[in-house]
Amino acid sequence: MTEVGTARKRKEDGRLITGRTQWTDNLQLPGMLHVAFLRSPMAHARISRVDVSGALGRPGVIAAFSGQDFAAEQGSLPCAWPVTEDIVIPDHPPMAFEEVRYVGEAVACVIATDRYKAADALEAIEIDYEPLEPVLDMEEALTDASPKVHAAGNKSFTWKFAQGDIDAAFADAPVVIDRTYIQQRLIPTAMEPRAVVAQTDGDMFTLHSATQIPHVLRVMLAVVTGIPEHKLRVIAPDVGGGFGSKLQVTAEEVLALLIARRLGKPVKWTESRSEGNLTVHHGRDQIQHIQLAATQDGVIKGLKVDLLADMGAYLMLVTPGIPLLGAFMYNGIYKMDALDFTCTGVFTTKMPTDAYRGAGRPEATYAIERAMDELAVEIGIDPLEARRRNWIRHEEFPYTTIAGLTYDSGNYEAATDKALALFGYDKLRVEQADRRERNDAVQLGIGISTYTEMCGLAPSRVLGSLRYGAGGWEHAQVRLLPTGKAEVITGTSPHGQGHETAWSQIAADALGVPFEDVTVIHGDTMTAPKGMDTYGSRSLVVGGVAVRKASERLVDKARQLAAHMMECSPDDLDFANGAFTVKGTETAKTIQEVAFAGFASHNLPDGAEYDLDASATIDPENFSYPHGTHLCAVEVDTETGFVKIRSYVAVDDVGHVINPLIVEGQVHGGIAQGIAQALYEEAVYDAEGNLLTTTMADYLLPSAADLPDFVTDRTETPATSNPLGVKGVGEAGTIASTPAVVNAIVDALRPRGVRDVQMPCTPERVWRALQ
Amino acid sequence: MIPASFDYIRPVSIDEAAHVLGNAGDEAKVLAGGQSLLPLLRLRLAYPTTLVDVGRLEELRGIRDEGDHLFIGAMTTHDEVMRAGAIREHAPLLALAAATVADPAVRHRGTFGGSLAHGDPAGDLPAVARALDAQFVIRSMEGERSVGAADFFVDYLETALGPGDLLVGVRVPKLGQGWGFHYEKFRRTAQAWAIVAVAAAVRRDNGVIQEARVGLTNMGTTPVRATAVENAVRGAAVDNGGLREAANEADDGTEPPSDLHAKPDYRRHLARVLTFRALTLATPTPPPA
Amino acid sequence: MTRISVTVDGVLYEEEVEPRLLLVHFLRDRLGKTGTPIGCDTTNCGACTVHLDGRSVKSCSVLAVQADGSQVLTIEGLASNGSLHPMQQAFHEEHALQCGYCTPGMILAAIDLVKDDPDPTDEAIRDGLEGNLCRCTGYCNIVRAVRRGAQEMAVTHD
Repeated sequence: MTEVGTARKRKEDGRLITGRTQWTDNLQLPGMLHVAFLRSPMAHARISRVDVSGALGRPGVIAAFSGQDFAAEQGSLPCAWPVTEDIVIPDHPPMAFEEVRYVGEAVACVIATDRYKAADALEAIEIDYEPLEPVLDMEEALTDASPKVHAAGNKSFTWKFAQGDIDAAFADAPVVIDRTYIQQRLIPTAMEPRAVVAQTDGDMFTLHSATQIPHVLRVMLAVVTGIPEHKLRVIAPDVGGGFGSKLQVTAEEVLALLIARRLGKPVKWTESRSEGNLTVHHGRDQIQHIQLAATQDGVIKGLKVDLLADMGAYLMLVTPGIPLLGAFMYNGIYKMDALDFTCTGVFTTKMPTDAYRGAGRPEATYAIERAMDELAVEIGIDPLEARRRNWIRHEEFPYTTIAGLTYDSGNYEAATDKALALFGYDKLRVEQADRRERNDAVQLGIGISTYTEMCGLAPSRVLGSLRYGAGGWEHAQVRLLPTGKAEVITGTSPHGQGHETAWSQIAADALGVPFEDVTVIHGDTMTAPKGMDTYGSRSLVVGGVAVRKASERLVDKARQLAAHMMECSPDDLDFANGAFTVKGTETAKTIQEVAFAGFASHNLPDGAEYDLDASATIDPENFSYPHGTHLCAVEVDTETGFVKIRSYVAVDDVGHVINPLIVEGQVHGGIAQGIAQALYEEAVYDAEGNLLTTTMADYLLPSAADLPDFVTDRTETPATSNPLGVKGVGEAGTIASTPAVVNAIVDALRPRGVRDVQMPCTPERVWRALQ
Repeated sequence: MIPASFDYIRPVSIDEAAHVLGNAGDEAKVLAGGQSLLPLLRLRLAYPTTLVDVGRLEELRGIRDEGDHLFIGAMTTHDEVMRAGAIREHAPLLALAAATVADPAVRHRGTFGGSLAHGDPAGDLPAVARALDAQFVIRSMEGERSVGAADFFVDYLETALGPGDLLVGVRVPKLGQGWGFHYEKFRRTAQAWAIVAVAAAVRRDNGVIQEARVGLTNMGTTPVRATAVENAVRGAAVDNGGLREAANEADDGTEPPSDLHAKPDYRRHLARVLTFRALTLATPTPPPA
Repeated sequence: MTRISVTVDGVLYEEEVEPRLLLVHFLRDRLGKTGTPIGCDTTNCGACTVHLDGRSVKSCSVLAVQADGSQVLTIEGLASNGSLHPMQQAFHEEHALQCGYCTPGMILAAIDLVKDDPDPTDEAIRDGLEGNLCRCTGYCNIVRAVRRGAQEMAVTHD
């Protein structure tokens, strides 16, 4: 019982630090061909002519196809989340053949013997476009005068959610905070670009893909391509990060299968980074109008949220559901009487948006945490005090929020106190006052974010009630091998999270076998056939719990056999440290001995089968609710607008911790991505709808030189909704850090009249805010 | 992404390189370290028919002390420039600027001459070359000629190098005693290009600025010499507002570009602020009495 | 086609290559040395970092023909006699990787950094890794690992 909670070094590392990796692009198959896609240079146009004949006959070119060539069989890329009954879900052909609706949309392809020849032949394809007006601004898109992205118009849906009496909350409210925030469009930028290898023997198809969701992908691809599900195997080998961007059913995956089917040859496609910036789904891109009503003492009465969410040109797998994932989090950790939420999904001629780390929850947290600072200023109290007056006190858990979620556990006071001590809050406030007094060119700002989020997607019945197309369960199987080693088969699909290590820890404890004796099998629908994959900080809370439950079931089976071996009743056996011991005696059998006895099957109970496998499917009863307090100090150079993060403290409560090393790593990475939204990243389209940030020279990501060391610590309030007491940690840092940074910047500049800086807070934007 | 096809020639001498380039026509490109050129080829923003690889010509490499100036071979890498004793002693501004180019791996491959020949006004070395009045030594089949920095940078990504020309190296005049140097680079992230940068060399005597050289990065289609600042700062006392006043002339006559990271008015503002900082940090402190 | 001769991880390869072939594709597609990944088109990310004649370079921005006659060291050639290089070990010990895609480049850049600066400060480590992007770790543990790796390298060399 000692593995869980231990800072085990990761099992995954060995191959990753020596280059013995299995990235999808590494795969070389006999006769393999390479696909290159020609992509639309127009944001919006009718395709009047495509002539691929020029590409044929180029060296090494096997075939070239236009969208028309696939029109009959390519189907439509799926949207699994029709959030309202009257939602507009346009057809989404994997390869455009009538109209293009964003720059980068695939319009033709070449298949050649190597990637160089495929790239060359693309230049010989001729396409004529009749330009149509791009649609780039969400608010304009909703006007009657706007050109239409789709015939049905530019509105996809309006989704409403209301709790409590919002009119009463706002009636005569002495304080109303009314703000509009822009969640800029982001490009998730996993370090591994997407790659796909499709192969077939004529009957059976195998798709390797750099995906987060091999299981969901298999179901969806079967539906889209007509390849029967049982004839399709999907493998996610080593996957180099996802952050939601590989939670998708992509055009390239569909087309690779169709091409492999047509040519009877294995085909590979690997995107370049600039291709990826154009065509990996983007994240965020919302306009948030938030109104908060409060008493003169700063007690919140109600919250109105009106969102415009840019869907981009089409609805992809969960595009319309992303803002809804935030709908229930706008109230954050605060008590209030009423909540009114409206979200309108808008089509534009840009790359579709979809899940990006946090998916809806960072947006919600940003808005409420920014507004809490404004509330504090409005009534003249410290921003921490404004939060204290409104947050759910630890003795009030479990607490059902105005959004209808029941937060099972938490202790906001404890996390905040710990963070304040680590941060040196009071001392920094003194320094801030001093710099203000001296009118120093470099001003100090302090930003606070007391966040919570919902993890562990998700109770299937809740997903059903939100019209999501699938459930939120997770599956595990545990097998005890004849020599006493264990295999854990998980339906989660890690791409950096360390499941091989953490699941080994969980299983080792439950089975009483050494950590080293556990192997975790994942990411292949043939070897790990049941699963719902990895996203939404769900893997541990749902999948890890399934591993625990399956392990316990296996122990129960072994107990039956052990009892038979030792001629006692199963109830007479204690199980500890991997051994079954007859109560009150020294008589014992190790689980390894039981495993071999089962394998030999010389002496099974009458009618029993050799069966030392066990499965479990967990469908969570509730979400889990990690929380924490993040504090950020920034130095703002008021002459140039440059923002430097001076210190950053994060105290997170993610419940019980399986592996503190992994938890800390997740928090670090999450904070960095949240800071990057605050300061650096933005996908920018020009007035014609061209993406200007197609390379990493333009879409700026922070390096080690741009970030400080983060001080992280934890409080540990176990979740009560699962037997491991865990809450999930994959997105917490990202959700918390963005408002902490922007609050700090605004705090630094508030005496100079600044009350908002639009993200990313570039030096130029900060400087302009000061003018 | 993948470059289009090209022919590849690796001459073994400057003479051969000049000959090859002279006969290769307009579409030939000189390949030095490739750190600017290869990304352009990969993005298919350039389609040379022939690359003439001079990266290994030892004749083009290294730093020579030639009395009143240093000669820096065009194929000397940024890494070598930032470490070379002769440069640190006689032209430290070059070392300071070279150390800010891209990142260590790029500095190992990227060359001094390649970077200057690329003619990118956002590059770090062109402004320094302007500030130091470097002379560019160019070989072609017609022979050798020398072009001053003021004439070398012609327009955006355009230099005095024509087809058939090879940049052999750069002569950098040594500045005498009493000079101080600073390269003030402003960028959004560590490896990003400069939004604006200022290269400053300042000579001080008796608490007064005797002379200054100021070059501006990314304030126009070419690197710019801030002559108005240089004139204004001459004779300014170090410890009154003279430096700031002079720095306010920094954007005089410039036409800064507008791009994703900055609009022209912000660049003008930055030029003034950064010039003041560069002048201040470049100004040598007198030895304690 | 141009004939080149390159020693990669101690093995001499003589190959005919197109001049435009990138060193990283030569390593991956021709030699099957897939330990070196590709993360961008523009020399920004550093995932493809290898050592060329002892110095870190980005192999996506070097032509294979430019490496003719040179020694290339990739992540695959770093461990010797079955034991990890101290920097590899340090990345494991300090949990300095998650998805691991940037890791080969990060480790090779770090080793090069320590060659120049055997006892780097945290600031020097951060500055020295400015050309290697990681999307998972937030860099804190990478900085710790490089510090630790540097110490171990010093011990190994003594």
